[in-house]
Amino acid sequence: MSQAKLSIRDVRVRRRGVDILHVPHLDVLPGEVLAVIGPNGAGKTTLLMVLALLERPSQGQVLFEGQSVEGQELPLRRRMAVVLQEVLLLRRSVVDNVAMGLALRGVPSRERQKRALHWMERFGIAHLAHRGTRNLSGGEAQRASLARAFALEPEVLLLDEPFNGLDQPTREGLLEELAGVLAETGVTTVFVTHDRDEAARLAHRVAVLLGGRLRQVGPVAEVFAAPVDEEVAAFVGVETMVPARVVGDAGGLARLEVAGHAIEAVSRGPLAADVLVCLRPEDVVLALPDGLSTSSARNRLPGVVTRVVPAGVQVRVTVDCGFPLLAAITRQSLEELGLGVGVRVVASFKATAIHLIPRSGGH
Amino acid sequence: MDLIWDGIREALRILGTGDYSLWEITLRSLFISGSAVAISLLIGTALGSVLAFNEFPGRNLAFAVVNTGMGLPPVVVGLLVAIMLWRSGPLGQLNLIYTPLAMIAAQTIIAAPIVTGFTAAALRSLSPRLRSQLYALGASRLQMLWLILWEAKLPLLAAVMAGFGAAVSEIGASIMVGGNLAGETRVLTTAVVLEVSRGEFAPAIALSIVLLALIFAVNLILTTVQQQEQRS
Repeated sequence: MSQAKLSIRDVRVRRRGVDILHVPHLDVLPGEVLAVIGPNGAGKTTLLMVLALLERPSQGQVLFEGQSVEGQELPLRRRMAVVLQEVLLLRRSVVDNVAMGLALRGVPSRERQKRALHWMERFGIAHLAHRGTRNLSGGEAQRASLARAFALEPEVLLLDEPFNGLDQPTREGLLEELAGVLAETGVTTVFVTHDRDEAARLAHRVAVLLGGRLRQVGPVAEVFAAPVDEEVAAFVGVETMVPARVVGDAGGLARLEVAGHAIEAVSRGPLAADVLVCLRPEDVVLALPDGLSTSSARNRLPGVVTRVVPAGVQVRVTVDCGFPLLAAITRQSLEELGLGVGVRVVASFKATAIHLIPRSGGH
Repeated sequence: MDLIWDGIREALRILGTGDYSLWEITLRSLFISGSAVAISLLIGTALGSVLAFNEFPGRNLAFAVVNTGMGLPPVVVGLLVAIMLWRSGPLGQLNLIYTPLAMIAAQTIIAAPIVTGFTAAALRSLSPRLRSQLYALGASRLQMLWLILWEAKLPLLAAVMAGFGAAVSEIGASIMVGGNLAGETRVLTTAVVLEVSRGEFAPAIALSIVLLALIFAVNLILTTVQQQEQRS
């Protein structure tokens, strides 16, 4: 594995004698998009500020390419870019704001104007270049903030809830553009959000932060499908999430390839080549391979039961179909089918039960 | 009524001719108060930044001290500076008493707390996250301070106005540490007092008109700049 771009070792941030953040270990890998998700007050912003070298932890170390950042904060900050939750622009023209980081790095005026305008164009705000910043809409300000970060062509990009407070259509549009730019630049990114869907859409890996502690770090599909414990499950909402390739899309029915299996899903509108297949456990029916199936579902995948977890009146069964597939069945069915770890089953679900999330770039 | 009308008529004549060293006194007032405000701006922005940005024990006390300083009676400041600079005082060997430098020192003590208070208030009104944002953009500490002060330049202009107004119109300290020596330490305010005590109302009115015009001009310039800034 390549060396981590940015790492945290045994970091604690203490306020008034209380540890509000304790992260023993976290690596941000080169070129990856890592989403840090958690509810409000979980310490996500604090973690981001520590990574951005804007907050010195009470204890522990931050490493940049394996080297301690101690004493190197300013030069290292100049290799990173941060988009804070609150968009703060100075009383200057928009283009001067976008070029500000470059000016602070001593980039000559002509060059920084050129780069600023390029990124403003990329985010669709070039026409605002010579306006003041006070009458910008929330979406325009956020685009300026993103352009300001990308204009630095950073090695590491840190984003703190960049879509907070935007209305739904604006958020959708910007999410789309950001996904495109991230895939195109391949910049190492840490992205803080409380929104599961944003994480699923943008990130390669997810880190779940609850009460100042990292509870689970792993690929998006894995974390959403197999939360390590109840609290993580309660936050991420348990369901199957697995990357798939679209191999055909006709008449509203998409043919997808998932871990070597062909499945069909109802599609709404045109699809990207890469998608995330989401499936709620309640929509999955389990049967024995030799049993008579009463299900009319289009999708039937063979697999082996790897985990059985009672949850109230239901039982959550994880089936390995080449990817972990979650099914929720009644205790009665469990007993009738004689399910247990190691038993071969066929999992089936309807094409309408699948929710597709577009994923830009080859994840 | 004749006293008033004759006074004003004679004052206008003096304004035209510049008798009674009118313009020399005006220039000295501008130089002394301008210097005091310039020094206050350096001290005030530095102290104001420290107060606004740093959490330290006794910060509230420091704010109370600055706020008290904003209303310091000039007479008390004059007394303090006079004692310090008196021939037998702690700084007596500097021979500064009854010199323009002594007046600049006294007016700085009067204007500096005003600039400090205005600066601290101006910086505290900016988002506390702005500093983080500027550091995040790669600013050094000095670059951050410069950008923040530039961002707060309108309130800082107000600080300059208030500081200059207080310095140029104070009299107690100027008389005590300057001595109102003709051709050396006589400024607009001290000259007015002298002329009135002699019963010479016309030159006193002329000097007062100049003093008012001066304060008005400075405020007009600064207000115009502010308005233009706000419009852009």
